[in-house]
Amino acid sequence: MRSMNREMRRKTPEEILHEVQAEEAAVQRHLKIFLGYASGVGKSFRMLDEARRRLERGQDVVVGAVQPVVPAEVSKLMSKLEIIPLKKYLGGLAIDLDALIRRRPAVCVIDGLAYNNPPGLRNPTRWQDAQELVNAGIKVIGSINIQYIEELREQVEAVTGKHITETVPVSFIKSADEIELVDAPPEEPIDRSPEQQIDAEQREKRLSILREMALVLTADVVDHQLGDYLEKHGVKHQFGMQERILVYLTPRANAVEMIETAQRIADRFHAELIAAYAKRPRLSAEDESAIEEKLAIARAAGIPIEILAAENAIDALLVFARSRGITQLFIGHRQSSRRLLWGDPVDQLIRRSQGMDVRIFPQ
Amino acid sequence: MAETNRGKLKLYIGYAAGVGKTYKMLEEAQLLKSQGIDVVVGYFEPHGRKETIAKTEGLEIIPRAKIPYRGSVFEEMDVGAILVRHPQICLVDEFAHTNVPGSPRAKRWEDIEIIRNAGIDVLTTMNVQHLESLNDQVWQISGIRVRETIPDWVVQQADEVVIIDLSPRALLHRLERGVIYDREKVERALQNFFRESTLAALRELALRETAHEIEHRAIKDEVEIAAKPSEQKQTKDHRILLLVTTDPNTAMLIRRAKRVADFLEAECFAVAIHTSNDLNRMAYQDREAIERHLNFARNMRIETRVLAGSDTAKTLIDFAHTNQITQVFLARNRKQSYSLFWHEGLLQKIVRLARDMQVVIVSEREPETE
Repeated sequence: MRSMNREMRRKTPEEILHEVQAEEAAVQRHLKIFLGYASGVGKSFRMLDEARRRLERGQDVVVGAVQPVVPAEVSKLMSKLEIIPLKKYLGGLAIDLDALIRRRPAVCVIDGLAYNNPPGLRNPTRWQDAQELVNAGIKVIGSINIQYIEELREQVEAVTGKHITETVPVSFIKSADEIELVDAPPEEPIDRSPEQQIDAEQREKRLSILREMALVLTADVVDHQLGDYLEKHGVKHQFGMQERILVYLTPRANAVEMIETAQRIADRFHAELIAAYAKRPRLSAEDESAIEEKLAIARAAGIPIEILAAENAIDALLVFARSRGITQLFIGHRQSSRRLLWGDPVDQLIRRSQGMDVRIFPQ
Repeated sequence: MAETNRGKLKLYIGYAAGVGKTYKMLEEAQLLKSQGIDVVVGYFEPHGRKETIAKTEGLEIIPRAKIPYRGSVFEEMDVGAILVRHPQICLVDEFAHTNVPGSPRAKRWEDIEIIRNAGIDVLTTMNVQHLESLNDQVWQISGIRVRETIPDWVVQQADEVVIIDLSPRALLHRLERGVIYDREKVERALQNFFRESTLAALRELALRETAHEIEHRAIKDEVEIAAKPSEQKQTKDHRILLLVTTDPNTAMLIRRAKRVADFLEAECFAVAIHTSNDLNRMAYQDREAIERHLNFARNMRIETRVLAGSDTAKTLIDFAHTNQITQVFLARNRKQSYSLFWHEGLLQKIVRLARDMQVVIVSEREPETE
């Protein structure tokens, strides 16, 4: 980070802009995704509006797929754009991949990335078609609804009560060079009967949860991109703004309280959660079984565990914490009646924990 | 009381100038107007942006008030005129703005309170970096101390929060095309908030903050949907206590502790402890620092106390025990506690005495500079 900052400070704004442009020109693959939390938030509009702006700036833009039913403002936008219609296959519609590749536009717009293709085509899903276009050097601008992310399927089904059969893996979303969230609060319907009122409130709550999921996923993608970007610019350990909690377990730690607190904070802050313990060469049988017990609690909570092997547990812990961009370190502490002297490990840890909060649990 | 008559507040959050907050707000105003709703623009900051200015066409704009200050005349929102005009909905740009001295109120958010109290709905805009509790993180990201801040509780009062999202790349293109700033401003902007990595980090903050604001509202409304199992096992209620000292890190400590308290729906208290019985006998600078920190905590809606006691650690922990505190927050002080390594420092003693509560040592987040 240090060297990079110095380097960036020397650059003029023009240089930075040139770099951005040069990078853009050099990148063969380009995928941009508009993410929304429900249908009707305006993903298609935002996407096609960008297509229109690109067209006006002289770029070769075509539309490869749109939703079957679109609002008036969207069809108005579409009327200005070249459309390669979906092709009819046995069992349904799919984008006309071969026609698109032959046509070779600079930019292709693909709505509804989660659709499954009819059976028998070379790609089973539309997002794979999009990926093929991206790999062929065509810039793809696509849209997706948070409800159709594979990894969130269970959560979404629990919220909406609907079974989902068409999904896109989160890795595809994370592979996007750009992501934009299309946000809008759930609409407020007017003049409702009391029953409708309850329905509407339930619906609003459901939508709020989906909206939150979309925000957090976008934040995660941005975090991921930020890491990539900084790495590309020669910065090794630099992290985004996500809170990252590390629970340091020892044989006598109050693991139950530590993990419970960590989970609650992680849940509220949408934080990443890791546990670690330092493997000591000579551990009494008693301590051995005690630490196993603590680790089992962490494992049962689904928390990944890192084993640190080092001469000095504090050194190892801090090195690991910094390598993972930890923002909150949880440790246990035995209150002895004697004074904590300078050599006390907890004291040392606090002294050296610049940049992270240390949460000390009595044990 | 007048809660039901109070105007609603809708907040458009962004992460930088130029992402389109004002544009989106004006677009919504146009839509509302077309539906026959009485909407006016109470304050609009054009920044010379043509596309945005075009969006005000046909909207009624309330003329600004003229405020003389030090021989010049400044323009601010005319709250009096808005109250007289009394529309259904009023648009007010830049929630975090500080009014020129001599204005009826110091902050625009206070003006907005007055407008809402009159039963007028308000639409407003802000960037995430103006949120008080994020001040240290924004400093860490950008190296900039944002001075115009809004207390978190004010933002939490918004009935609706919408994020205006745009990728940093698209934003930089806009900047380059001169849509956002005129040419001479571009250079400065690019060096500060507009570095791509800075933008990405600020954007992530804005996204996470909006997610939190939505979750906060959902919890407030007591949502009970099975989708979030972690919400169900309600752990014990937390009560947070922080120690106010003369240390300049106290401001950071207050922001951090309050943020954690807000996220955990926990109550938050701040105490200052002085060893003599009389605050007046403290050195002037120390007293001034303590009072400034206590005042800051109160502005963040933290309950504050001043306690007397010859032993700071013991006084703090006794107070914690009497008040069922579960977490004590302290600032990591680089100088003081480490130089006296043969002594038991304040921090160490607090940790030793806090047998039944968690102690959180908050660390400074500094921008990585050479």
